[in-house]
Amino acid sequence: MSPPAARSVDPEADAVIIGGGVVGMALAYGLTDAGLSVLVLDEGDVAHRASRANFALVWVQGKGMTMPDYARWTLRSADLWPAFAADIEREAGLSLAYERRGGVMACLTGEELDARAAALGRLHNAVPGAASVERLDHAGLKALMPEIGPDVAGGTYCPADGHLNSLRLFHGLHAIAGHRGVHYRPNAAVETIEPISGGFRIVTAAGEVQAPRVVLAAGLGNARLAPMVGLHAPVRPQRGEVMVTEKLAPFLTHPVTFLRQTDEGGVMIGDSQEETGFDTATDSQVLAAIAARAMRVFPVLAGARVVRTWSGLRVMSPDGYPVYDTSARCPGASLVTCHSGITLAAVHARVIARAIAGDWPADLAPFSARRFADVPAT
Amino acid sequence: MFRRLEPQRATLSLTVDGRAIDAAPGDTVAGALLAAGIDVTRRSPVSGTARGAYCGMGVCFECLVTIDGVGSRQACLVPVAAGMVIETGGARRALAEAPRHG
Amino acid sequence: MAEHVDLVIVGAGPAGMAAAVEARRGGLSVAVVDEGPAPGGQIYRNVLEGGARDGILGADYAAGRALAAAFLASGAAYCPEATAFLIERRTAGGFRLGLGRPGRPAGVLVGRAVLIAIGAQERPVPLPGWTLPGVMTAGAAQTLLKASGLVPEGPVVIAGSGPLIPLLVTQYARAGVPVSAVLDTTPAENLRAALPHLPAFLASGYALKGLRLLAAMQRAATVHRHVTGLGAEGDAALEAVRFTVRGRAMRLPARTLLLHQGVVPQISLAMAAGADHRWNAARRAFEPVLTADGETSLPGLHVAGDAGGIAGAAAAEAAGTIAAAAILRRLGGAPAEGAAREAAARRAFARALRGRACLDALFRPDDAVVRPADEVIVCRCEEVTAGTIRALVRRGAQGPNQIKAFCRAGMGPCQGRMCGLTVAELVAGERGISPAEVGHMRLRFPVKPVTVADFAALAEDGEG
Repeated sequence: MSPPAARSVDPEADAVIIGGGVVGMALAYGLTDAGLSVLVLDEGDVAHRASRANFALVWVQGKGMTMPDYARWTLRSADLWPAFAADIEREAGLSLAYERRGGVMACLTGEELDARAAALGRLHNAVPGAASVERLDHAGLKALMPEIGPDVAGGTYCPADGHLNSLRLFHGLHAIAGHRGVHYRPNAAVETIEPISGGFRIVTAAGEVQAPRVVLAAGLGNARLAPMVGLHAPVRPQRGEVMVTEKLAPFLTHPVTFLRQTDEGGVMIGDSQEETGFDTATDSQVLAAIAARAMRVFPVLAGARVVRTWSGLRVMSPDGYPVYDTSARCPGASLVTCHSGITLAAVHARVIARAIAGDWPADLAPFSARRFADVPAT
Repeated sequence: MFRRLEPQRATLSLTVDGRAIDAAPGDTVAGALLAAGIDVTRRSPVSGTARGAYCGMGVCFECLVTIDGVGSRQACLVPVAAGMVIETGGARRALAEAPRHG
Repeated sequence: MAEHVDLVIVGAGPAGMAAAVEARRGGLSVAVVDEGPAPGGQIYRNVLEGGARDGILGADYAAGRALAAAFLASGAAYCPEATAFLIERRTAGGFRLGLGRPGRPAGVLVGRAVLIAIGAQERPVPLPGWTLPGVMTAGAAQTLLKASGLVPEGPVVIAGSGPLIPLLVTQYARAGVPVSAVLDTTPAENLRAALPHLPAFLASGYALKGLRLLAAMQRAATVHRHVTGLGAEGDAALEAVRFTVRGRAMRLPARTLLLHQGVVPQISLAMAAGADHRWNAARRAFEPVLTADGETSLPGLHVAGDAGGIAGAAAAEAAGTIAAAAILRRLGGAPAEGAAREAAARRAFARALRGRACLDALFRPDDAVVRPADEVIVCRCEEVTAGTIRALVRRGAQGPNQIKAFCRAGMGPCQGRMCGLTVAELVAGERGISPAEVGHMRLRFPVKPVTVADFAALAEDGEG
């Protein structure tokens, strides 16, 4: 092990972000835009990192079915994404392969298709300016995706949906942070956060740091940390499994919610929603079901070789929507947690970061943890 | 490039990229290719550079070729059979009509 | 439909074959799966063919014939050309294995116990130009000789460090194959490090054989010692090999370059199954943590042979017998007369280990071999260089999993077999810690790429 660190971890920063995933690094990007100096505290090589395990979608369709504010928020992020992607690509010097050609939710039965189309229609009516969604029957879907299987009744198509290379996004945000002088400290798992005069004293595995602002962007770790600063982060892990194929010649131009072809050629196939706690193993029976569904939707994939499988833990709140909060009891502490960190990276960088640096806007109130019935008294 | 100690055993015929080559019973496809002077099995999908067999035992995945229509087969693990049709030089595999079990 | 047996053995080399024979003697139902078309693994590749090449390959090779015959006669269900790509514990007990079989749907085998005997692989030798066609491992060349009587066309250069080199050169000499040069990269300091182990080595079976092979190699080829700065050159294929010896830069024309830096355990199956592994600093390789019975940290999952730690064919055969005896005890079928065989196997195992420490020290690769220069490709599948990896560490990536996420090293079809050790060594070097602390990149199923349809075929009804 590295020798025990000195008492102070790093030069003083205006803001300490706990968590070096896409959420934390997008916030670091936005906070440095706002002129703040930033320190990011991260865990080590083996850690729960949804940033490495996600499906890389920038997805609008179907979001916020039970919370129109979230539908609006998601669309706002998706609409900010093209410019955000261009900025990242320019500054990091890499391609994100960001595309927004629209995406499809494929439905295997007519009943499923009708129900989904109806639900999306209701959502569209409830949210002014919401993205349009088109109901495609089998023939319409086949025109978009010639390899779609005969079993597929149709799908819902939303032109606002897109995808990108999320590992390059992650890499790019880290590279930019480095260029901009963000201090990044790995192997610095946070043990405690203590409010002190002028800010917070954060004790980590690598030593201590003090700062006027602390941002909790630690995913599942937020649950333990939030009460230390008068906040509440009722998040639990929900496992999803994914398989990816060998690099294939291009055959799928639009992402389907659980199946997409990456810019490098591999086809990613998901997904599952398993309540298995913090276990990141994979389950052959789940993978078998994922594979079987993929073959029904795109029969041509039957012979494609699966090169890797993995599982990731979604950071799930009770209603599945983000939690954004700033602490009344401990001014300067804020919480940012969600399970759509790729889609929301643009609003995290452009809007939430500004809220952290300046004034917390009232229109973020619907995302406060106060919406949950069981919020402990803080 | 490899040569046979027992050329008389090369009694089978395979087709590689449209031309006939000899093979002996017990050869792997990788061995038959090398004996025929073919040392490029595939092209890297990342850069397009030529690659050939490296480990000979199925761990390096450089000897990927298409055999009888099935792509991404490790040539060093496949015994030759008379009349086999082999294609080399692939990079990103095209999927149309790929058999279900490779 | 899953097939149920008492013991599934993955690998039909010496360890797997010996284990099958012993388990069958004890009355267990046994299934043995192997990727190759015939029993023997790598060391006894094609040994049942008939012996025409025994004169070239030598007596040690021919000795595998009796074991292979005993294996085929043992009554174990033998599944050649089948790839075990997944091992999972079942909630109902025992293990589920997924088997890929070309041209047929994937099969599912259920075993009350599993023995992994998949052996070793050549240590990858990342050096400039190592991805050129014409550059192969010495093991690959030996396999071509055993399986098909194929020999390389000249000029042939053999480079590296390890006992396979003098063996192969001698086999080629017997076959009339000229070798332009042998470039021995064994560092001078290894001789000093090996000295304390010399008495045990001289008393072991390796000494006389080894010295004979070394003498034969000296007669058969020009041998350059303490070579550094190896590089392969060529445009579309290998054309020349450059190296430095005694301070002089040299360059030899070559059409075939055979590399060897020893062998390392194949850890993919046991690691993906979740068994604990440790770093063996003397051998610079990861190995599963095993009890004296060869059991991993997962009860009922055993490893025998080189997959558990490099010890050679004799040790592998003994370890297979020992593991089978332990599994028989666990499953409640240990025959009384098996105790004597197990005791003999344990003695044979101990004998086979004598002298290994000397070989380990003598052929231990140095940093120049396992921590290549920045411009060298480390991940062949995704073409990631050592320099990219070092730069990521300097920027804060702490280990192989973050590095994989940032540059894709380890994401190709070989699943880290060619780059896993190198990535761990590079991170260790850059951070100033041991590879033991760095660890290996996380491995997952499938350990070999199988089709989407193969995965779908794993579905079992209500078996959990």
